[in-house]
Amino acid sequence: MIYAKTAHELHQLLIKGEISSKEVVSAVLERIDGVETDINAYITINEEALAQAERADRMIRDGKATPLTGIPVAVKDNMSTKGIRTTCASNMLKDYVPPYNATAVEKLIEAGAIIIGKTNLDEFAMGSSCENSAFKQTKNPWDLSKVPGGSSGGSAAAVAAGEAIMALGSDTGGSIRQPAAFTGVVGLKPTYGRVSRYGLVAFASSLDQIGPFARDVEDAANLLSVISGHDPLDSTSIPGKESDFSLDGASVKGLRVGIPKEFMTEGLDPVIRDAINRAAQLLEDEGASVKECSLPHSEYALSAYYIIAPAEASSNLARFDGVRYGLRVSGDNHTDMFIRSRQEGFGPEVKRRIMLGTYALSAGYYDAYYKKALQVRNLIKQDFDHVFADFDVILSPTTPSVAFGLGEKVDDPLSMYLSDVYTIPVNMAGLPGLSLPFGFNNGLPIGVQLIGGLWQERKLLQVGKVLEQATGYVPVVPERGDR
Amino acid sequence: MGYKTTIGLEVHVELKTESKVFCGCSTAFGQEPNTQVCPVCLGLPGALPVLNKKALEYIIAVGLALNCEINEDTKFDRKNYHYPDLPKAYQISQYDKPVAKNGYLDIEVDGKIRRIGITRVHLEEDTGKAIHGEDGSYLDFNRSGVPLIEIVSEPDLESPEEARLYLNKLKNIIAYTGVSDVKMEEGSLRCDANISLRPEGTEEYGNVVEVKNMNSFRSVKKALEYEEIRQAELLDMGQEIVRETRHWQETEGYTFSSRSKEEAHDYRYFPEPDLVPMSISKEQIERIRESMPELPDQKKERFVSSYGLPVYDAEVLTESKELASLFEDIVASFNQPKKVSNWLMGEVLRLLKDGGQELADMPLKSEDIVELLKLVDNDTISNSAGKVVFEEMFKTGKKAMVVIEEKGLKQISDKEELVALVRDVLNKNEGQVNDYHNGKEKLFGFFVGQVMKISKGKANPGLVNEILTEELNRLK
Repeated sequence: MIYAKTAHELHQLLIKGEISSKEVVSAVLERIDGVETDINAYITINEEALAQAERADRMIRDGKATPLTGIPVAVKDNMSTKGIRTTCASNMLKDYVPPYNATAVEKLIEAGAIIIGKTNLDEFAMGSSCENSAFKQTKNPWDLSKVPGGSSGGSAAAVAAGEAIMALGSDTGGSIRQPAAFTGVVGLKPTYGRVSRYGLVAFASSLDQIGPFARDVEDAANLLSVISGHDPLDSTSIPGKESDFSLDGASVKGLRVGIPKEFMTEGLDPVIRDAINRAAQLLEDEGASVKECSLPHSEYALSAYYIIAPAEASSNLARFDGVRYGLRVSGDNHTDMFIRSRQEGFGPEVKRRIMLGTYALSAGYYDAYYKKALQVRNLIKQDFDHVFADFDVILSPTTPSVAFGLGEKVDDPLSMYLSDVYTIPVNMAGLPGLSLPFGFNNGLPIGVQLIGGLWQERKLLQVGKVLEQATGYVPVVPERGDR
Repeated sequence: MGYKTTIGLEVHVELKTESKVFCGCSTAFGQEPNTQVCPVCLGLPGALPVLNKKALEYIIAVGLALNCEINEDTKFDRKNYHYPDLPKAYQISQYDKPVAKNGYLDIEVDGKIRRIGITRVHLEEDTGKAIHGEDGSYLDFNRSGVPLIEIVSEPDLESPEEARLYLNKLKNIIAYTGVSDVKMEEGSLRCDANISLRPEGTEEYGNVVEVKNMNSFRSVKKALEYEEIRQAELLDMGQEIVRETRHWQETEGYTFSSRSKEEAHDYRYFPEPDLVPMSISKEQIERIRESMPELPDQKKERFVSSYGLPVYDAEVLTESKELASLFEDIVASFNQPKKVSNWLMGEVLRLLKDGGQELADMPLKSEDIVELLKLVDNDTISNSAGKVVFEEMFKTGKKAMVVIEEKGLKQISDKEELVALVRDVLNKNEGQVNDYHNGKEKLFGFFVGQVMKISKGKANPGLVNEILTEELNRLK
């Protein structure tokens, strides 16, 4: 089945002329037709996808194909796409059609990739289950009664269900890695500054990072190399970093792997603990040394994150006021219009975080909350610095449990927030983190996380590749009756 | 009771960079609304700011010109507030690490130098503009993102007149650095004032009132004078001054309360995460310092020492960069500095003032003025004819010789011709000649006047004096 193949497999077929991009895109569109009513991965399907496929086929004929040329890629609906509405799964931006492309999107188009559609998310990327979308509930392709994770749940589900070959997500506290783990796909959150944020609708600017979803490590590496690189339009993107994530000769011989003891405690589902131990054993078998390490301040990461991220969000989301674009609800005067538009435009979780953040930044509270949280953030960075003085990579769970049930945590924000407890410290330190599918429990995927030092994506991907080979990993798309 | 006035000024100046401070849009003034905009300055979702390096150089130059320390570590912060003309609902500004701080400028008050402290100079972005029409309100974002610097003075000013002098000096210094047009009428310079009164002999400052909406230096002075009186009257009645923001009503000449300071905004400043902290190197600061033009005070001193001008002349001439360079251009070809100074301070400034014009509006070049000065100097025309000629040149842009020909103002310096004129006058006024010889010597002036009259003012007055003396002696 075409839609179940990886991009590198399709690339071989495309350049050999055994298949056309148009056929690939048609196959994926058919798959969407077949399963989307169950999965609800997309907010918008790109009507130009087939036309883009024709352009890709010309590129291939002209010998200008890149590894992504002709490959359908889904894009999380918080990245600006010229001419395609970009909603952030919010009533606020229900009809907003941007006049420009995000840099990551622009790079995909230049590489000849097909933007197949815009995927569902928790409103403005705030959430861990896609239950905060204003429009629809994306479901876990492995079990429709479970959440796909979030906030990039639509992208994760699309790749897992064969509704896209790969996808872009964004990760502020785990929004790529957690849904990757829940849906059994590869998800990478790059080093902060690796991928341009230009055109990514900001949630928490100092934490947000765009990254790839794919069905295997090689595809994730190829997608990362297309979207990464310095962008003069993003002052926080860093120049002079390699963009070659080649996996040739991947090996873990002599690799020093640390498992943070703080992550292997009570709150962790035993099936995931077993998975970590199995992964550790495999790495040792391949020549790595695995030891316990310590991130003593990680227990404060979640609290500090829920100060810093909402603080930045309260400011980033202030622009949605009904004046220039988006929802406008008339009022008696402009202040009244602001209030009514924001009242109707934002959902409860977004409002909760705006209020949290506004409070944390208020005069008299700044030092006690925001400043304190920044201090904690520094301690977390230092923890990682210490670990990476003695270790090459960290092996950890991605999530405390496998995918939870729809509605299970929706009334308990704190328990929902806890599903990002192992991913948040990585964002706080600006580090790269890779979530890999590592088996199943009762039909639900398990993910393991590899964390590297700054700019160590290639190392992470190589370790990931070794793990894939050692387990004989074959990407699978769940059986689901096409209708 | 007597009160001491304390005033501090907050001045906003638009920098004249080609492009905006955080995007590539043009900063040109007076274009069609919303034609100089992009995702960044419209605050579209996902757009990000990138600092215009030129704006940073410009503010460093202003900081140096105002004798400030330049913060080698500086950063931007977000100032959060909702307003329709503020597209991101926050302004990128600077909170605790401004580019420049702890500077000063000197003003002269009653012949004495007063040093006024500059607390800080920081860089920020301008907002858009609301246009209120009959059928609704419209927004123009062409101005959104134009680089602004805010210059905050210490509360060192003690009178409205000092505030005016400070503004004049500040405007002059910034104009010299060339980083802004500093035109209050076009909004490239804006000023808010903080004023408080305290009883004479006490130390503690009174409650501060912020005054806004002044559109000229004169109205700053008038608004502050109004506030001085208003506050003194309230204090005299034993009332407390409310800490508040007041708006100046220009046409009626009063201030009115617009917002209580107690309910002032909480701007929730925090570091702008979209821009990385900057470090300004010592080398960069030195490079900018070296490329700085001569500033007004330095130029004034040089005008005194190398041209021998009186301090007053030097002061007036250096008050505008353009006038000072016009002076130097003329002196380069006509090396009589005091004469040039007299001409510029007298004729040029008078005509500009009468016409409500600026020097840039004058159609004459320095060589045109040099030509005229030389013609007066070599007695081709008289000094008073020179003034008439200059006025015509100023109004029409014509060359001096053209005007002189047209008006027939060429001076008569031909001795024979003048002797004939003098004899003619003396012949026609025999009675007065006799009176003169009988001791009425002040009639000499009458004879000069007659000669000038029949020559239609063209007779060279020096020569007329000489010849008249000779002829009267001859008739004795």
